[in-house]
Amino acid sequence: MLFEHAKMLKVLAAVGEIVGRKKLQKMIYIAKKMKFPFYEKFDFHFYGPYSEELTWRIEELCNVGFLQEMKEKKGGYYQYRYTLTEAGEQFLTHYQLDMPDLDVCLRSLNEQSARFLELVSTILYFEELSKDEVKEKVFTLKRKKRYTEEEIEEAYRYIEQLREQAYIKS
Amino acid sequence: MYPNEKLSEEKVFKDPVHRYVHVRDKVIWDLIGTKEFQRLRRIKQLGTTYLTFHGAEHSRFNHSLGVYEIVRRIVDDVFAGRPDWDENERLLCLCAALLHDLGHGPFSHSFEKVFHLNHEQFTRAIILGDTEVNAVLRRVSLHFPKKVAEVIEKTYENKLVVSLISSQIDADRMDYLLRDAYYTGVSYGHFDMERILRVMRPREEQVVIKRSGMHAVEDYIMSRYQMYWQVYFHPVTRSAEVILTKILHRAKHLYLSGYTFQTPPVHFQSLFHGNMQLEDYLQLDEAVTLYYFQQWQYERDAILSDLCRRFMNRHLFKYVEFQPTNEEMKKLMELTTLFKKAGIDPDYYLVVDSSSDLPYDFYRPGEEEERLPIYLLMPNGELRELSRESTIVDAISGKRRTDHKLYFPQDFLDDLSTKRNIKKKIKQLLYE
Repeated sequence: MLFEHAKMLKVLAAVGEIVGRKKLQKMIYIAKKMKFPFYEKFDFHFYGPYSEELTWRIEELCNVGFLQEMKEKKGGYYQYRYTLTEAGEQFLTHYQLDMPDLDVCLRSLNEQSARFLELVSTILYFEELSKDEVKEKVFTLKRKKRYTEEEIEEAYRYIEQLREQAYIKS
Repeated sequence: MYPNEKLSEEKVFKDPVHRYVHVRDKVIWDLIGTKEFQRLRRIKQLGTTYLTFHGAEHSRFNHSLGVYEIVRRIVDDVFAGRPDWDENERLLCLCAALLHDLGHGPFSHSFEKVFHLNHEQFTRAIILGDTEVNAVLRRVSLHFPKKVAEVIEKTYENKLVVSLISSQIDADRMDYLLRDAYYTGVSYGHFDMERILRVMRPREEQVVIKRSGMHAVEDYIMSRYQMYWQVYFHPVTRSAEVILTKILHRAKHLYLSGYTFQTPPVHFQSLFHGNMQLEDYLQLDEAVTLYYFQQWQYERDAILSDLCRRFMNRHLFKYVEFQPTNEEMKKLMELTTLFKKAGIDPDYYLVVDSSSDLPYDFYRPGEEEERLPIYLLMPNGELRELSRESTIVDAISGKRRTDHKLYFPQDFLDDLSTKRNIKKKIKQLLYE
C-alpha cells in the first residue's frame, strides 16, 4: 500500500537531495531502464522520457509534507530542490525497502548534469534502434540542445557502465 | 497509387457523437477491416465504468473511429490549403488517429498496473510486427509503419502532426469527452467541438486556436475537469477496478504457487510468467477475461471465487476517505493487523486507491512540467498562452487534485457471527 510513494522517499533518502524536476524524472527513468523496480509510465516529451504519474506522486508527497520542495530562482527560470522531511523519514519506517544496488546507481546519476541525463535517457528510450538511428533521433528531436558526437559516445559509455554495475550487483 | 487510392463510393459509419464517420481513403478502409482493429470492438473504452454508468458499454473501436473522424475534418476542412500545413502529412495523420489506441488490452488500467504492461509498446508492436495492420501500412511505403508509430509515440519530427493526436487540446480528448458523456448519460462533458475545429489553425510546432474561439476552449477545459471527477474517477468504478486488480493478483499468485485450477488460466499463462508475446496479447480481450471471471466464481480458492463473484455480480467494496499522513498510516497498519486477526486477508481486502488529475497546465521554461500549452492566435498574429487570457483557465491552471480512498468489504465486517469484537473494532477505526 502506497509502496510506490515510499520508493520515491527512499530515492531521496539515498541521495540526500535532488536539484531540478528534470533531473529527478530522468534519474527514475534511467534507474527503471536499469531494471530497478520503478513502475511509473513514461512518454516522450520535450526533454525526453517523462512521467506524469511520477510528477503527481512527487507533488503529493510534498503536499502531505513528506518531501520538501524549495523553489529557487536560477537565471531566467526557477528550479526545484527536493529533500526528505522528518515526517517523510518516519513514514518510510513503515516499509522494508532495502535496495543497496539502487542507492549506488542513484548516487551516480545524481552526480551527472540534467543535460547529460536528458541525453542518456533519450538514448535509452530509443535503444531498440541502431546507433546511427539513435544519433539521428537525438540530432532531430534535440536540435536545440546541440549535442555533439562526443557527448553521445560519452552517454553510451556511461550506460554501459551503469549496466555493468547493475548486472554485477544483481 | 495505393496511398492516394479512393474508394469508388464514400463509406459512412453512423455515429451517435459525430453523426457520420466518413471514409474515402482505401488505406483507412483496409485498416478498419484488419483483425487487430476489429479486436478493439471487444475492449470497452471505459473499462469498469459500466458498473457505475450502465450505458458506458462503448468500445475502443467506436472511439478510434471518432478520433479518425475529428482529424479527418481538421485536415480536410480546416487545414487544407493553409500555409503551415503540409498536405503530404494527411494520410499519416489519419492513420495515426485511427490506430492510436490499437495496443489497448482488456481493462487496460488494471492489467497494466498488475503486470507492468504498457499498451503503447503493444501499439508499436502491432504497427511494426507481422500483422494485418502492418501489411496495409507497408503497402503505402516501406517506412510508413514506422512513421505512424512515431506519431503515436510523439517522437515524429513534425510536431504539428503529433499535436493533432496528442496535446492538451487534441482529437483524442475531444472525442473521448463527448463520447464518454454521451454513453454515460452525464451532462458535463459537452462542449462546442464544431466551433473549436473552425478556429484551429496549423502552425509549425503545433495547432493553435484563434482568440475568438477562447470561450469554446474554456468550456472544453471545464468539461474535462468535470468528467475526470464525476465519471473517470468515480469511487464505485474505482471499487470495481480494485477488485479486478485483486482478481488478477490472486490468479497469478495461485498459478505461480502450483494451485490446480478447475478452469486453468490458459490465456494468462505468459502474462503470469512475464513473457507475453504479441500473438498471445491479441488473443486476450474482455470477452475472454470475463469468461474466466465467470468460471472462477466456482473455484475452490475462497479468495479468488469471492472476488470474482463480487465483480460479476457487482457486490463491490465500500470505501472511506484516506489521507497518507503518518497518523492515517498508523491507523492503516492497525487495520491491517486487525483484518488478519479477523481472518480477512488485507492483501486482497484492504486497499488504498489514488486518483489524480491536472486539468490544464502550461510549460514553464527551463523546468519539467512537460505540457504543451494551448496557444491563442491573437488578431495581430501574436501567440498568447491560454491561461494568460482566460481568467477561468487561469483559476485551475497547474492545480492538481488528488484523492485517496480506502476500500474494504463491508459485508464481511457486518457478518458478526465470527470475530465479533475484532470486526467491531475495525468498523470503529474505519468510521471514527
